[in-house]
Amino acid sequence: MAKKKKPRRFYDYSLLIAVIFLTAFGLVMIYSASSYTAQLKFNNAAYFMNRQLMIALAGLAAALVISRLDYHWYARFAVFAYLLSYVLMIAVSLVGEKINGKRRWLGVGPVKFQPTEFVKVALIVLLATLISQLGVKINNWRAMGLVAGLTLPIAGIVAANNLSSGIIIVGIAFVMLFVACKKNWPFFLCAAMGGLAVVTAGPLAFFLEKIKLLKPYQLSRIHVWLDPEAYPRDGGYQVLQGLYAIGSGGLVGKGLGESIQKMGFVPEAQNDMIFSIICEELGLFGAVSVILIFLFMIYRFMLIAGNAPDLLGALLVVGVLGHIAIQVILNIAVVTNTIPNTGITLPFISYGGTSVLFLMMEMGMVLSVSGQIRLEK
Amino acid sequence: MTSNQTGHRKKLLLLCTLVTLAMAGLMGRLGYLMLYRSAHYSQLAEDLHQRERTIKAARGRILDANGTVIADNRTVCTISVIYNQVKNREQVIEALCRELEMEEEPVRRKVEKRSSREIIRTNVDKETGDRVRSLHLEGVKVDEDYKRFYPYDTLASRVVGFTGGDNQGIIGLEVVYESWLKGINGTILTMTDAAGVEIENTFEDRMEPVAGNDLQISLDVNIQQYAQQAAYETMERKGARRVSVIVMNPKNGEILAMVNVPEFNLNEPFKLNQEEPAGITASGKQELLNQMWRNPSINDTYEPGSTFKIITAAAGLEAGVVSLNDRFSCPGFRIVEDRKIRCHKVGGHGGETFLQGAMNSCNPVFIDVGQRLGVDAYYRYFEQFGLKEKTGIDLPGEAATIMHRKENMGMVELATVSFGQSFQITPIQLVTTAASIVNGGNRVTPHFAVRAVSADKSRVHRFEWPVKEHIVSEQTSATMRQILECVVAEGSGKKAAVAGFRIGGKTATSEKLPRSLKKYISSFVGFAPADDPQVIALITIDEPQGIYYGGTIAAPVIADIFQNILPYMGIWPQTEETGNNG
Repeated sequence: MAKKKKPRRFYDYSLLIAVIFLTAFGLVMIYSASSYTAQLKFNNAAYFMNRQLMIALAGLAAALVISRLDYHWYARFAVFAYLLSYVLMIAVSLVGEKINGKRRWLGVGPVKFQPTEFVKVALIVLLATLISQLGVKINNWRAMGLVAGLTLPIAGIVAANNLSSGIIIVGIAFVMLFVACKKNWPFFLCAAMGGLAVVTAGPLAFFLEKIKLLKPYQLSRIHVWLDPEAYPRDGGYQVLQGLYAIGSGGLVGKGLGESIQKMGFVPEAQNDMIFSIICEELGLFGAVSVILIFLFMIYRFMLIAGNAPDLLGALLVVGVLGHIAIQVILNIAVVTNTIPNTGITLPFISYGGTSVLFLMMEMGMVLSVSGQIRLEK
Repeated sequence: MTSNQTGHRKKLLLLCTLVTLAMAGLMGRLGYLMLYRSAHYSQLAEDLHQRERTIKAARGRILDANGTVIADNRTVCTISVIYNQVKNREQVIEALCRELEMEEEPVRRKVEKRSSREIIRTNVDKETGDRVRSLHLEGVKVDEDYKRFYPYDTLASRVVGFTGGDNQGIIGLEVVYESWLKGINGTILTMTDAAGVEIENTFEDRMEPVAGNDLQISLDVNIQQYAQQAAYETMERKGARRVSVIVMNPKNGEILAMVNVPEFNLNEPFKLNQEEPAGITASGKQELLNQMWRNPSINDTYEPGSTFKIITAAAGLEAGVVSLNDRFSCPGFRIVEDRKIRCHKVGGHGGETFLQGAMNSCNPVFIDVGQRLGVDAYYRYFEQFGLKEKTGIDLPGEAATIMHRKENMGMVELATVSFGQSFQITPIQLVTTAASIVNGGNRVTPHFAVRAVSADKSRVHRFEWPVKEHIVSEQTSATMRQILECVVAEGSGKKAAVAGFRIGGKTATSEKLPRSLKKYISSFVGFAPADDPQVIALITIDEPQGIYYGGTIAAPVIADIFQNILPYMGIWPQTEETGNNG
């Protein structure tokens, strides 16, 4: 349309709109979930929403810039970014700011951020670059071992004080390898073993505790997961409060802003547990709608990845797809007590500056891949 | 490369299918939680959010026969702290200690205790409560509550009774009519946040309290006060331990007054009505309090003595074994089997009719009547008159009659029972039986409660009291009235006479056990008007000093009471009636 000489290129506006919509919706829910406690703590009901809004706008700007860049260009920095993530993770382990007993924040002047979010992006770019260069060799065991060898050390460092992020990082690599690789059975075997572990968690955990592989507090977490109502005071509190919120939502919810569970019952309702507040206020209807929007995003990712001009572009999108899908699934699974409690945020909606900033940058990457799709060959 | 690309697309599709399946699974899980389990979790959440605050129901008042309030409610405050809401603990502790005049240690312990709500003090008077409230201490709650208040302090203390800290009846009518008086507490259900702070503008579920019923009783404050005054005077004049007066309507058993002096202050029921003995232990004091709270008219038994001759006479007349003009002779004693039982007149009354024997309160006459009846008949009348059972009065702890077993009763026992010795009954039992004999033969149930009226006056419950008719014939009853009128007019009870009124009655002087102590209970039971009794009264003077004859010290007190209460009750002296009309 613009210039006839240039080939018509695709730009996925519907994805962009879905992202903007989810972020805006997230801001509304952050306000709803946090205004009561923010008013009490900071004397400003919009405290959390304002912070999130500023970072989201900055992130959106960054995304739009990145979406105009050629991904082949920034893919060159993959190794550098990978190494940088080691530096950042080691730095955060040593000099990171301690919050709730965990060093997760790295402060540079007034700016604070969680390096784990950077690690996810860096790994996506690195693995996409590596796998696309390996080409068909990726089907070899050695190449797969190489991917694992690059992922596991950094994931291990991350997992050391943020288990859930470590799991996500491993999950991203798993998904990327799964798509790139021709083989199926090793992945399904892994997944099946994981599934089996979940199904037999109770007895398994008991057994592992008996042979001293699992610490008693970890065993108690499993017990809490299996029957949160039996442990309302210790451990089960957060999960149970989330379930109260979800359960009291019903079909259409109590109405936006009408949640009671956000009034100090669900701890930090604007963070990991925000989905429970969505359920309480907007009901099953709202909750399913949110999941459907995520599914729509994943559908767009699939289209973009499938039509990407090359393997690098496709794998970048697959990495982002994996990242978002894993976080959405795990977050909702935790909130609904489908899996044991672990801190995972809901992409674009949960409060968290670093998370939304890097998610936006990932969206920029996806959009930049989509921009390379030629509509007419 | 193209084939590889296709492979990737396949895997991509597979991946997305798996992701979709996982999300669909989660949607299913959500559906299960939000629809199927919704009610369960909503209920749990509601239980968590709702705070139930009780609104105390006002306890029903107790009113006398004229509607005068004798047990009322006064507003008092309960002061409590809510841990989560207290900002400045030191300030709160300091202020509460100062305002409530409490020691620091218990206050500090409660303020610093991690609990949702800790009560610092109950029954704080309203002024102090208002003062604490005006300090606006965060986390300190002042709740208003009702406390029982007795405007007449000591009036009929053992009858009315009092309530404990939880406003629940402990003794007297307060405990018997607990269920009528207490009402139903209301509740306010409010939504609170996790810190327990009430959320404004949320739906508030309020259940209004239902105030208790007012209890109207037959007791008349004026009669009670007059009888109490007379009792106190008698107690002081005679140096007696206790004086009890029961005034009853013999027709229906309504009790108009029940005095047991010394009374105690219902507003301070845990304070002894006597000098507290030095160095008394807590259990020792509790024992004294329990003694103080006893109602001797109901909870204690005594040997009725000569007043019981009313029963023997009625039984004899009813059985036809004696008539007014039967002649007896009294040598000053009667020998029954191997015992010599003395008359109170050492020289004996000589020859006398039955009527004269009654007027003289002559023991041998009544021994003879008893012997004529025999154990079986006497025992039958004893039971027929209701003496074996409790009267059924609406006060707690009525003592049962202590009587010989029929099979253990020989002629000697029969002889002593005939003039009121060797067994024990309560004063209320005696006055009730006497009332039933002179009222035409209907055994009434002594009682206080007349009706219960709901706070909004919409519902009135009249209490029904059983009456057992024809325990003696109307004729026997009339004869008894005649005999007892003669006792007062010309016999041993003549000091009970009141000019212008026809009064019937019987005196008694009972030796307390063991008899060697030479301690007495002097009593008199009297009724008026003698031909149509509308009021019957019994006075018992416990351990009078000096002269102890019932006819001398007890009868005049009843005369004094009758002289004052009869006109009050609308019964005018007959001789003055015509004179006053002009």
